[in-house]
Amino acid sequence: MATPLKRIRGLGAAHHGTETFWRQRLTAVANVPLVIFLIWFVVSHAGASYDKVRECLANPVVAVLMLALIWSAAIHMRIGLREIIEDYVHTKMCKTVSLMAVTFFAALVGLASTLAILKISFGS
Amino acid sequence: MTNKLEAERPLSPHLQIYRPMLTMMMSIAHRITGASLAIGFALLAWWLVAVSMGPEHYECVQSFFGSFIGRALLFAFTWALIHHMLGGIRHLIWDTGTGLDKGTIEVFAWATIIGSILLTVLVWVIGYHRMGGL
Repeated sequence: MATPLKRIRGLGAAHHGTETFWRQRLTAVANVPLVIFLIWFVVSHAGASYDKVRECLANPVVAVLMLALIWSAAIHMRIGLREIIEDYVHTKMCKTVSLMAVTFFAALVGLASTLAILKISFGS
Repeated sequence: MTNKLEAERPLSPHLQIYRPMLTMMMSIAHRITGASLAIGFALLAWWLVAVSMGPEHYECVQSFFGSFIGRALLFAFTWALIHHMLGGIRHLIWDTGTGLDKGTIEVFAWATIIGSILLTVLVWVIGYHRMGGL
């Protein structure tokens, strides 16, 4: 039975409350326009030259939207992949290692993409 | 002793017990598209890093994406992305507490399937048109 204090804190059995749920929804909402932007960007540069693509990615508006997409998608992806592992991987060691791997993967693709956008923006 | 207890405790039925239904398949598809988009994200990162590294690297990546396998992969990821996005919008609508009745969930399921296929084809038609045909 939930004590009044427990109910007020509302954190539940995982002690994290609805934070992950909310973050997944928040990034989902952000991802909708950002993904549409990505598809538009890729389609409108189909067959474009290297210089043209680089120039467009260096545009501050494009760069900021790309960075927003990368970070929002990386966070969203980490939550989703963790959820799948939590559902299907039950061996303690295997679960711990895969959960760590998911975070490392999300950080790796997120950081690599971020560095690429910054390099393109600053022109180095 | 423990083994016996584990074997006898009631187990909740899993996927293979139920008759396949559209909404159930949509739920599975949402997971599969979501998980596969992780690979799509890695490809996006690879493409961006190649742009940042210079024309030679970019040519290398473009020749992969331009190949038959590359284009097939990109087509599959376009569909997965749009399907996951439409499926996600469906979930966001459900989060408000609306559209949860039997009729509406079927409509949402079909809208996601047909919408994702139509939009994927549309995106590729526009893409090929911009490139001046096949």
